[in-house]
Amino acid sequence: MSDSPKPIISLRNFRVHFPIREGVVFRRLKGMVKAVDGLNFDIYEGETLGLVGESGCGKSTTGRGILQLYRPGVAHVSGEVLYKGQNLNELGRSSKGLNVMRPLRRDLQIIFQDPYASLNPRMTVGNIIAEPLKVHELIKGEANLMKRVRELLEVVGLSPAMAKRYPHEFSGGQRQRLGIARALSLNPRFIVCDEPISALDVSIQAQVMNLMSDLQERFDLTYLFIAHDLAAVKHISDRIAVMYLGKVVELAGGDEIYDRPMHPYSQALISAVPIPDPRAAGKERILLEGDVPSPLSPPSGCRFHTRCPFAIDICKTKEPELLEAAPAHQVACHRVEDGSLPTHVKA
Amino acid sequence: MVEHSQDGAKPAGETILEVKDLVVQFKTEDGIVTAVDGLSYSLRRGETLGIVGESGSGKSVTNMAVMRLLPEPPAIIPRGQILFKGKDLLKTAKSEMRKFRGNQISMIFQDPMTSLNPFLRISTQLVETLELHQNMGRKAAEAKAIEMLERVGIPGAPRRFKQYPHQFSGGMRQRVMIAMMLLNDPELLIADEPTTALDVTIQAQILDLLKDLQRDFNTGITLITHDLGVVAGMADKIMVMYSGKTMEAASALELFETPAHPYTLGLLRSIPRADATGQRLYSIPGRPPDLNRRPPGCPFAPRCDFVRDVCNERFPDETILSPSHRVYCHATDEVQSKVKAGLIDIPSRREAQEGAAPAAGEGA
Repeated sequence: MSDSPKPIISLRNFRVHFPIREGVVFRRLKGMVKAVDGLNFDIYEGETLGLVGESGCGKSTTGRGILQLYRPGVAHVSGEVLYKGQNLNELGRSSKGLNVMRPLRRDLQIIFQDPYASLNPRMTVGNIIAEPLKVHELIKGEANLMKRVRELLEVVGLSPAMAKRYPHEFSGGQRQRLGIARALSLNPRFIVCDEPISALDVSIQAQVMNLMSDLQERFDLTYLFIAHDLAAVKHISDRIAVMYLGKVVELAGGDEIYDRPMHPYSQALISAVPIPDPRAAGKERILLEGDVPSPLSPPSGCRFHTRCPFAIDICKTKEPELLEAAPAHQVACHRVEDGSLPTHVKA
Repeated sequence: MVEHSQDGAKPAGETILEVKDLVVQFKTEDGIVTAVDGLSYSLRRGETLGIVGESGSGKSVTNMAVMRLLPEPPAIIPRGQILFKGKDLLKTAKSEMRKFRGNQISMIFQDPMTSLNPFLRISTQLVETLELHQNMGRKAAEAKAIEMLERVGIPGAPRRFKQYPHQFSGGMRQRVMIAMMLLNDPELLIADEPTTALDVTIQAQILDLLKDLQRDFNTGITLITHDLGVVAGMADKIMVMYSGKTMEAASALELFETPAHPYTLGLLRSIPRADATGQRLYSIPGRPPDLNRRPPGCPFAPRCDFVRDVCNERFPDETILSPSHRVYCHATDEVQSKVKAGLIDIPSRREAQEGAAPAAGEGA
């Protein structure tokens, strides 16, 4: 954790929209899936920002959008992603910009969820980890490359001798370590961790999370940690942002959001987390009705109003802003804003 | 809520399932691999047994064996009994098995996306089970199916009845699966990671639904999961499996508060907890053994903090700690005394001592 909260990445009105087209020849625009729709927050240097929410809320899209992993035809990325004074969204649009972007990309890496699908089965582990180094032409000569690969394998707790093996010879946890080694190969500063432990066994999850914490300390990394496992996110994150249908509804310190969730959606989400304690089995849970609405035509006003037990008229028409409701605790809810939300049970 | 579950001594229904000394092996290119190695457990009506274990521990294979859904070969069941209401399913003919499956024994799977036929309307799939198992007429079957969809909380059931699986969300599909298996009023339900593919808020809905339905139909449930949070909330008793063997079996409360096996202890300690941000998580070193290279003796020995010489030589005998608590470990005295003395920090235990007292009071 760093003491001076200096932003490394800043999002300003950040949007990722996917056009839906219909027809074979003319490809009429049928609508827009507003997967991410106006995010405004900073990610501070050295911190882990957890991003939680249910499937389809746009958390993975946010991570990929920040890293500019979408081709222009596939998604409309707008707003600003500021890194080192540059708007990454702009850079991607011109060939001159792309030249500026290239060295910046080294700083920004990603670890994927599925350790089985994210490693090319036909490449040796050594080549997989060396590939980013080759693409960015950072290290010359096969011998030097392999030296760096062995070093990286050691950093993530694998034996350097494994460089000659193929991915299928590794277990899930080991593969995730390989994914981490590849992400680290370019000495990044910021890593998007997209559900890095969801596919792993319980006893292996703890190993990988500890490794990630160690590496963060050792290499001064900043993480955007995306996951749906709230307990894991809470464990590893300094701050947590809760997303619902493409919007951040609440953003606060990890303890703060767990102990005093303010947004009705965060309250429901946190109360739904199963507690590993049989005595808590009878605990009153806030059960939400229904499913998440389609992001193709999200509800008007506050997007949560269709499922919110506290919704009033204004929630259906006016979209709430993400405002500071307590020190370092932002919430987007009309009823938190005017203080009329019934106080909840937890606390 | 029904008042039970606290100490596992719930109004005892009759035993519906009894698995005795079950062994399941697979023929592979590398020889015969033993996936389940001498497993015994039982389940009563209205009771929930949680089976916890990591991938490869044999928890799913066990239940596929109970359903007789393992293709034989490559699967071989050289030993054991699977008694369903006293009848040995291993000695039951395939044709007769079909009458049990989906009727008296039902199963729901992890992935509701792949367990429904994408080409058939929900109506066809639901009505089929009724026609097949209960010789119901079409009209009556449709009425019952719609009623069941409403029962599991699908809004607009009569309209949605005619839709295809892809028109349903993940949570709704899992509800359809639950409706389908409940149509035949099963006495035994095997739920294999039923909520793993779902979001937490949907998971909470589905788990609540399963509890309600169990209360109404008095179904015995075997719940397979890797999520200790889910079993803690659902199960009356829990069996911890590792590498095809039972390590420990106990009532839910006993398991979480007085774990007696190092593996159980390791699992409990490696759960990330809300009250320990920033600290390193305890993690069990190493990884589960390959099934064809299982060490002699206790399979957990290579990863165990309490390992002794004898552990590498032979698998421990059963130690009975209470009528509902048994453990297989050479070092269990040491584990128990350290847990009792508070020398090992177990988050669930800590919470139980500090915070849960008022909560328990409310429930009574």
